[in-house]
Amino acid sequence: MKPAPFDYVAPRTLDEALALLGEDAKPLAGGQSLVPLLNFRLARPSLVVDLNGVTGLDRIRREGGSLRIGALVRQRALERSRLVAEHWRVLRAAVSHVAHPAIRNRGTVGGSVAHADPAAELPCALAALDARFHVRSQRGSRVLSHGELFVGPLQTALEPDELLVEIEVPAVPPGARQGFAEHARTHGDFALACVAVAGDRIALGGVAPTPRVVSSLDEAHLDDPYRRALVAELLRRAA
Amino acid sequence: MKIAVDVNGTRRDADVEPRTLLSDFIRHDCGLTGTHVGCEQGVCGACTVQLDGEPVRSCLLFAVQADGRSVRTVEGLADHGELHPLQRAFNETHALQCGFCTSGFLMTLEPAIRDAGDLDEDEIRAALAGNLCRCTGYVGIVEAVKLAARELRGEARGEEP
Repeated sequence: MKPAPFDYVAPRTLDEALALLGEDAKPLAGGQSLVPLLNFRLARPSLVVDLNGVTGLDRIRREGGSLRIGALVRQRALERSRLVAEHWRVLRAAVSHVAHPAIRNRGTVGGSVAHADPAAELPCALAALDARFHVRSQRGSRVLSHGELFVGPLQTALEPDELLVEIEVPAVPPGARQGFAEHARTHGDFALACVAVAGDRIALGGVAPTPRVVSSLDEAHLDDPYRRALVAELLRRAA
Repeated sequence: MKIAVDVNGTRRDADVEPRTLLSDFIRHDCGLTGTHVGCEQGVCGACTVQLDGEPVRSCLLFAVQADGRSVRTVEGLADHGELHPLQRAFNETHALQCGFCTSGFLMTLEPAIRDAGDLDEDEIRAALAGNLCRCTGYVGIVEAVKLAARELRGEARGEEP
């Protein structure tokens, strides 16, 4: 199918983009989740705000000990980042499971987060890393934890006029364990379950409406025996 | 909206609706029907083209997003009528039957062998995992990638290294 008609604006600055966002507008980043929704007319915004021309949102940098990932950083860029591979290995491991190279060439880290699929790899890994999500609107800015941002399946606490602009990932102590494992029905598919480990924090994806962070498997209270066995095996592989 | 896109080295000017998908722009406005449209949700890979040299799903991009950029389709793979080594290898190893998925495979795999050169079987299968073929079972496609990679490295055709 083809999308319903919409107006299209491609702002050059963040301030211009924020001025355009609102109830009936949708921000377009990589489009790998939004465009299928538009094609099937499951989403019918009257305005699409294309963020791809906005300057300053596509940088990966280190500030203090933290990693800062601009919301428009492509998944492929995260995958190729030496800084990430060296110090945030769990993120590097997780992103290689996101769909396929042709999708990662367009898909963005911020888009994965804002789409909030409960089985998505990057929200799971970022939850394990206790990432902070920097949000802007014309009304101001705020910083959310994963517990505050992820509200339910495909639901976040972002208001229609707000935009996720940057993800802040704290340093992981050298030598701390980091790993990621998932089980999917086919290569590149969303995970049936995924596990991300960073130090003492274990994040589970695909087992609850939002990524869950626990310190042990017992704490997760997985009642279904298949799911418990699957997650136990994934945790063994990730840790 | 007025756009100008470099398609296979030729500038194409068009007036498109914002909702026009890049895949439809390529097929309908440019008349280049080698790019096939399968699922229109990014799953099948049939519509894969290269945007500034990188493979992307043309059904998940709007034509307006390609304004001022360069797009390469399967029609841009052959060099003045001479098939690309990957196209010849697909022919030789019977890597296609109905051919619907083939252009997507070619546009996905061409940069993979260009960038990485020597790929083992697992790497080849990972590289093509985002493209669906319902005819071949992928065996011929994997063989084609190996054959083309050998040729691009300058080794004799049809001989094991």
